[in-house]
Amino acid sequence: MEQLNELKIATTVETDNHTWFRAARVEDFPANGGACVKYGDQQIAVFNFTRRNEWYACQNLCPHKMQMALSRGMIGSQEGEPKVACPFHKKTFSLRNGQCLNAEEQNITVYPVRIENGFVYIGVAKP
Amino acid sequence: MKRVVVVGNGMVGYKFCEKLRNRTSDHELIIYGEEPRPAYDRVHLSSYFSGKTADDLLMAPASWYQENNVTLFTGELVTEIDRKHKTIRTHTGKTDHYDYLVLATGSSAFVPSIEGAERDGVFVYRTIEDLNQIMSYGKKIKKAAVMGGGLLGLEAAKALIDLGLETHVVEFAQRLMPRQLDDAGAAILAYKLSQLGIAINTGKSTSKIEGNGKLEALYFTDGTVLPVEMLVISAGIRPRDEVAKSCGLNVHARGGVIVDDSLRTSDENIFAIGEVAVHNNMVYGLVAPGYDMAECVVREIVGETPKLFTGYDMSTKLKLIGVDVGSFGDVFGDTPGSIPIAFQDKRNGVYKRINISADGKYLLGGILVGDAAQYNLFHQMVVNKMPLPAQPESLIIGTPGKAAEGAGVKSLPGTAQICSCENVCKDDLVTQITEKGVKTIQELKKNTKACTGCGGCTPMVNDILKITLESMGFKVKKNLCEHFDYTRQELYDIIRVKGIKDYEALLNSHGKGDGCEVCKPAVASLLASIWNELISEQDTIQDTNDRFLANIQRGGTYSVVPRIAGGEITPAKLMAIGRIAEKYNLYTKITGGQRIDMFGARVDQLPDIWQELIAEGFESGHAYGKALRTVKSCVGSTWCRFGVQDSVSFAIFVEDRYKGLRAPHKLKGAVSGCIRECAEAQSKDFGIIATEKGWNLYVCGNGGSHPQHAKLLVSDVDTDTCVKLIDRFLMFYIRTADPLTRTATWLNKMEGGLEYLRDVIVNDSLGIGEDLEKEMQGLIDNYQCEWKKVVETPELRARFRHFVNDESADETLSFVDMRGQKCPPDWNTKTTR
Repeated sequence: MEQLNELKIATTVETDNHTWFRAARVEDFPANGGACVKYGDQQIAVFNFTRRNEWYACQNLCPHKMQMALSRGMIGSQEGEPKVACPFHKKTFSLRNGQCLNAEEQNITVYPVRIENGFVYIGVAKP
Repeated sequence: MKRVVVVGNGMVGYKFCEKLRNRTSDHELIIYGEEPRPAYDRVHLSSYFSGKTADDLLMAPASWYQENNVTLFTGELVTEIDRKHKTIRTHTGKTDHYDYLVLATGSSAFVPSIEGAERDGVFVYRTIEDLNQIMSYGKKIKKAAVMGGGLLGLEAAKALIDLGLETHVVEFAQRLMPRQLDDAGAAILAYKLSQLGIAINTGKSTSKIEGNGKLEALYFTDGTVLPVEMLVISAGIRPRDEVAKSCGLNVHARGGVIVDDSLRTSDENIFAIGEVAVHNNMVYGLVAPGYDMAECVVREIVGETPKLFTGYDMSTKLKLIGVDVGSFGDVFGDTPGSIPIAFQDKRNGVYKRINISADGKYLLGGILVGDAAQYNLFHQMVVNKMPLPAQPESLIIGTPGKAAEGAGVKSLPGTAQICSCENVCKDDLVTQITEKGVKTIQELKKNTKACTGCGGCTPMVNDILKITLESMGFKVKKNLCEHFDYTRQELYDIIRVKGIKDYEALLNSHGKGDGCEVCKPAVASLLASIWNELISEQDTIQDTNDRFLANIQRGGTYSVVPRIAGGEITPAKLMAIGRIAEKYNLYTKITGGQRIDMFGARVDQLPDIWQELIAEGFESGHAYGKALRTVKSCVGSTWCRFGVQDSVSFAIFVEDRYKGLRAPHKLKGAVSGCIRECAEAQSKDFGIIATEKGWNLYVCGNGGSHPQHAKLLVSDVDTDTCVKLIDRFLMFYIRTADPLTRTATWLNKMEGGLEYLRDVIVNDSLGIGEDLEKEMQGLIDNYQCEWKKVVETPELRARFRHFVNDESADETLSFVDMRGQKCPPDWNTKTTR
């Protein structure tokens, strides 16, 4: 029965600029925390920022030491800017624009997130 | 180019070089020192016993002399001066020529001529070599005495206490510190010192130092006898004027080279500064006047506006074995008509006396014992002739702490001298802050050199920094981060008093914004320390190690460390670890804390690995947490032929007691079964060493980048007392330390230091001992193994996966082989996938 319901909801949705893929259920993501999503061979960190009632997604790879770790980082804010801190060396990145906030590291890629029917969709830019 | 030769490389000789080189590089500068090492800080000699090394005490490293073009000869004693040809000769035959000669030969310890003073076990307290001898002799004995109850004598007594010896002070006068204190002040000091275990014997004149070869007892003229095995003589100083005398310079009958107001001796090309100089019939046995003399001579030699030395204010403030003592200005009220006002509190060990002028307008001088917080203020009031308030008694009988010292600093004139060693006035400091943008005490020290001499002005400099910054609109507070305007200690109280159980609630009621990677784990640690509920219930405020209950390693895999209390493990359990590590292909290594670390586990493997470990009887080792790690032990009396107590059993008991205890930083302990200290307990946050009579408890040691030996808190306590004191100590640390502060740093920053800590923990001076024990018992009762809970709870277990939408593992993980085991590749060469 449950499976039938899920089938009715599309796993990918195409819009002008993005391919929106269905990542997981809302409840699969911890409150005020993140989890990693697999999309092809990409790893994307998705954050359920319940305190702000916002969702964010970014690359899972921390550019500092090239570690697949950002989804395990703590999230928070710096003067209002939502951010994630890499668990390895606490480099922090803006979840809005991917900029590194406390060091001279490369920017990270961020992705738009949509919630529909209890599912989390992530928008990947079309080539 | 003039050639300046300095004889004597002590504090004053060094300071002369520093001051000259600050002015000019035109003169050749050569300095001869008799000791094998460059000048060191004699004022803080006793810190050598509490862990400082000889290098720590150096005024400047040998390289400083090179860099500043100062030729330094160590181990060369100047024995001859040929004034006619302006040459000197050393004991090794080296000769040198001078245009100006500066004698800074200092002084030696005065040894009274007492029968038996040559016996083994009699020492003086003057050089690092003396200290080394005292230390090595002190190891063989139990009971020692210091002859001399003055400044230096009491310093020496502290050193003996640090060596763990039963310590006596023998003073000829009827009271301690007769030159600085009156009878009432000295009585309070004696009382405080006796509480710390130092026996005070005043009015004792030693007639004989008795013993068969080595020292056994002191005989006094009143017929009494004090059996001791070591004697440290600190009965005054003797200026080192031998070389001056032999070349015909005028010397004083009681010793010392006579100088005029320019510090010139009877030879116009020869100066004398520091403790060797006699100015106006006075020898100045403090470092500050010596520095002042150096300044005068430097100006004279480089031809600046001359500065005359016209005597020096002998006010002093120091901390003697944890007791503050200050005396300033006209100490004994010798000024005609002066009126003393005194306050005496035996219960708290405080004595304050001020002498005011006959007309009641000015402060002339006074004495402070037990609480010298107002010393700087009073001293400056005397020096600057500041008017007294209408009720001068309010200065000393106000509510303690209420008459904030800070307020006093505010009213000081800009010209008030704050640091007397380096002659830094208030304006110098304020300018640094207002114009040079200085914001920390470290920068302030670096730029002005204030606090770098005796360190006595540090509180005042701190106050000036704080007040000046505040007047500029800066807030000076150690807030946790931008989300909480509270310190960790304040948050600790808030959480406890308000019964707050989760981070969000605290952020809502006392914070702002959305939190961050600083406040989240700090609050998580506080919540765990206060309630000891499972941290997995609030996993996203934890650092990754606490969130996944394992240590993240290079490559993003985790390591697993089961608890092996006291390092004791059965062969069966060893094999279980081997089997599990092999099954999951984990790299294994023995840790420094006597347990086994298994590296390279994927996050999704962690619950499976732990399920097997728990089935074999293991539980979490909390290697991932700011929590108790291990209590290391040596094998102890059960097996070891030297052991005096069963260190393994005690270590296991203690480790089991505190396992899972969350703290501001990690905690390590150790128990050694005898004095050989194989468990290295003195490098731990708490270390226990067995004695014949019980246990010695050491606290606040640290390995790591700034190793620090633990300090002895109590000796020879029984097992129950030892545990009770550790309860209190750990709980007090958890309550009061800043985030991520190890116990060593916590103690270093603690006002009052070890003595204060001992007062709180052992003497229960704050009356919180029972509370601390109760809190600890609550935490111990609440302990559960975090991993057991995760393994048994499917929802918690479900969090341990790499992808939330895919069962597969992270395929970017890769390993290389190293000596037959797997390792992550070097991340500095790893390329993006």
